[in-house]
Amino acid sequence: MNDMRILERDVETNEVKIAAKNVQVFYGDNHAIKDVNVDIEDKTVTAFIGPSGCGKSTFLRCINRMNDTIDVCRVQGDILIDGEDIYDPKVDPVQLRAKVGMVFQKPNPFPKSIYDNVAYGPRIHGLSKNKGDLDDIVEKSLRRAAIWDEVKDRLNAPGTGLSGGQQQRLCIARAVATEPEVLLMDEPCSALDPIATAQVEELIDELRTNYSVVIVTHSMQQAARVSQKTAFFHLGNLVEYGETGQIFTNPVDPRTESYITGRIG
Amino acid sequence: MPFSWLVLIILAIAGVGYVLGRQRALTSAGGDSRDLHSLPSYYGANVAMWAIVPAAALLVVWLLAQPYIVNSRVLATLPDTVVSDGGSVSLVMSDIRRVADGLDLAVRDGEMTGAEAAAITSDVREKLGALGVALGSEVSPEVLEGAQTYRTLNATGNLAMSVLALLIAAVGAAYAFRQSHALFRARNVVERGILALLMFAASVAILTTVGIVFALLFNTIEFFKLYPAADFFFGTNWAPSFSGRGGASDLGVLPLLWGTFYISIIALMVAVPVGLFSAIYLSEYASPRVRSIAKPLIEILAGIPTIVYGLFALLTVGPILVSMFGQDTVGWMSGGTAVMTAGLVMGIMLIPFVSSLSDDIINAVPQALRDGSYGLGATQSETIRQVILPAALPGIVGAILLAASRAIGETMIVVLGAGAAARLSMNPFDAMTTITAKIVSQLTGDADFASPEALVAFALGMTLFVLTLGLNVFALYIVRKYREQYD
Repeated sequence: MNDMRILERDVETNEVKIAAKNVQVFYGDNHAIKDVNVDIEDKTVTAFIGPSGCGKSTFLRCINRMNDTIDVCRVQGDILIDGEDIYDPKVDPVQLRAKVGMVFQKPNPFPKSIYDNVAYGPRIHGLSKNKGDLDDIVEKSLRRAAIWDEVKDRLNAPGTGLSGGQQQRLCIARAVATEPEVLLMDEPCSALDPIATAQVEELIDELRTNYSVVIVTHSMQQAARVSQKTAFFHLGNLVEYGETGQIFTNPVDPRTESYITGRIG
Repeated sequence: MPFSWLVLIILAIAGVGYVLGRQRALTSAGGDSRDLHSLPSYYGANVAMWAIVPAAALLVVWLLAQPYIVNSRVLATLPDTVVSDGGSVSLVMSDIRRVADGLDLAVRDGEMTGAEAAAITSDVREKLGALGVALGSEVSPEVLEGAQTYRTLNATGNLAMSVLALLIAAVGAAYAFRQSHALFRARNVVERGILALLMFAASVAILTTVGIVFALLFNTIEFFKLYPAADFFFGTNWAPSFSGRGGASDLGVLPLLWGTFYISIIALMVAVPVGLFSAIYLSEYASPRVRSIAKPLIEILAGIPTIVYGLFALLTVGPILVSMFGQDTVGWMSGGTAVMTAGLVMGIMLIPFVSSLSDDIINAVPQALRDGSYGLGATQSETIRQVILPAALPGIVGAILLAASRAIGETMIVVLGAGAAARLSMNPFDAMTTITAKIVSQLTGDADFASPEALVAFALGMTLFVLTLGLNVFALYIVRKYREQYD
């Protein structure tokens, strides 16, 4: 871990993009998330760290209501994006998910061509006026995901034929193509080798200029490398939330310190 | 000695061998089973195996070979005049067998002593008739002679077989018994025995398939010797005659082929959309409660015997269709049996096939793909249409092709629902018939297996076999080709 970098990290304050208030999540009788309050800033990379089963992925999936697809899951409390409650009955979860993109742990390209993978979101949301427009969106997204040069000659090849790292960047391109405002990443590098991980991390840092990025990670080094803010979850509680540099060098809560020094978790 | 006794004795030898072999192994280890190479039961099983397997193999081979040998020996003793008088060899031989069986029965029932039966010369027909063995005509001295030879040979053969089988069982058991020693690797031997058993089971299935194909093939060749292949494959008229005016039959397969395809296509047009949509509903939309009730209900359809579907076609669907499209309304349909009737009912029969297989395939599409699509803001039906169905397509195509080969091979629904008239017509409300239904009608009743009218059934069967085999191979090819790509 590069401690120097963490200490020198410039600390900016942006406006709040996502505000969670008293969020509780239940899986059946299991109380998975307990009373979480957090303000996630715009144009910032926020990392969720914590041991397995601490609820960080569950909380992430609340932000774009992916938990709606799980029958036994109930969410209480308020999550506001730009001041609007996303669990309001008036909100259409389908539209919300277009605004809050998501990249998953395992690369999951659709069984389609690379082009069709990226064009999937723009097509279902009608973001392009014509074919040329769509071509532009696809190229722009692939460039943003730093994979354009590798795939530009084989856009009609199946997306599943790419390597793991390429697949994950394709999935990021796919998420970026719908022009979301928030990008949620659920352990995006856990299935990747170190080189692909480095590429994806670099990409995450670039995406920060346009999006609010929330990343769940098991790797504390990764959280330290890519994020400006870090939240530590433990047993369903949000234990500590603050500047990444501060969390890793000078944690307030003893549990955080135990976790980052490797005593628990 | 009756055959069942023989089997029981061999099993008894095996049982005793099991106990003794186990005992001997234990004794050799000084009574401590931990000093044995294998568990004690393996030593016992080894002895039992040696007692049963060689003896059983001998019995099988002997039982297959003895009738051939006895027949040819008896035939050799018969004077040539009998055969030429009696017409055919097989008729004389069946007479001889009947007399011999009758005499055996008489001896067993105590009506005659063995010596009397062997010495009988006159009144054979009356005496056997009293026992319920009816003979067609008075028994000629040659046939009686043959029957006596037949009896002697069979009795000798049976005795030899019993003695030899028991001997082999005893020798096998003794051999394995002597092997039962603490250092003997009985476990490995039993393991190999089990392997052999499994291989035997697999080869029975394969050899039977090969046998069936060859039986079809030879009879088909026989048919094409009597009837030109070009007329069979390209003839547009199916009019077999059973009156024996050889050569008067038209045996063109095209009307039957067309009927088969027409009915199958209508069946698939019913089964594929309904089956696929119900599979999508059950796997993607239905709550677990609905699914747990609806899925078994749909699968009950698969358990209904096809003859019941046939009755349904004949008594319910046919009349309904006639009232809708018959003379009283549009006049397309003249009777209840029609391609449409059989096709609709067969489609209903195939629904559970398509739905159950597709349901499994759709469920096998990884949840990650659904999440990915929902995460981009797609609705449920967009996800199904654009992600899940393309991913599941090879499997679904496989399911449809399997359903198609079921449809092509279906018989009872066609017999009852589509009529028996072979005809080339585009009207789905006409009665037509299929290859399978015609195979049934060609072979039921008094079939002379030397006439093209009966042999055509084998050519039809072969055509059907090639068709369904081709479909199955194609289905497997599709599934294999696209599976890797979409996993």
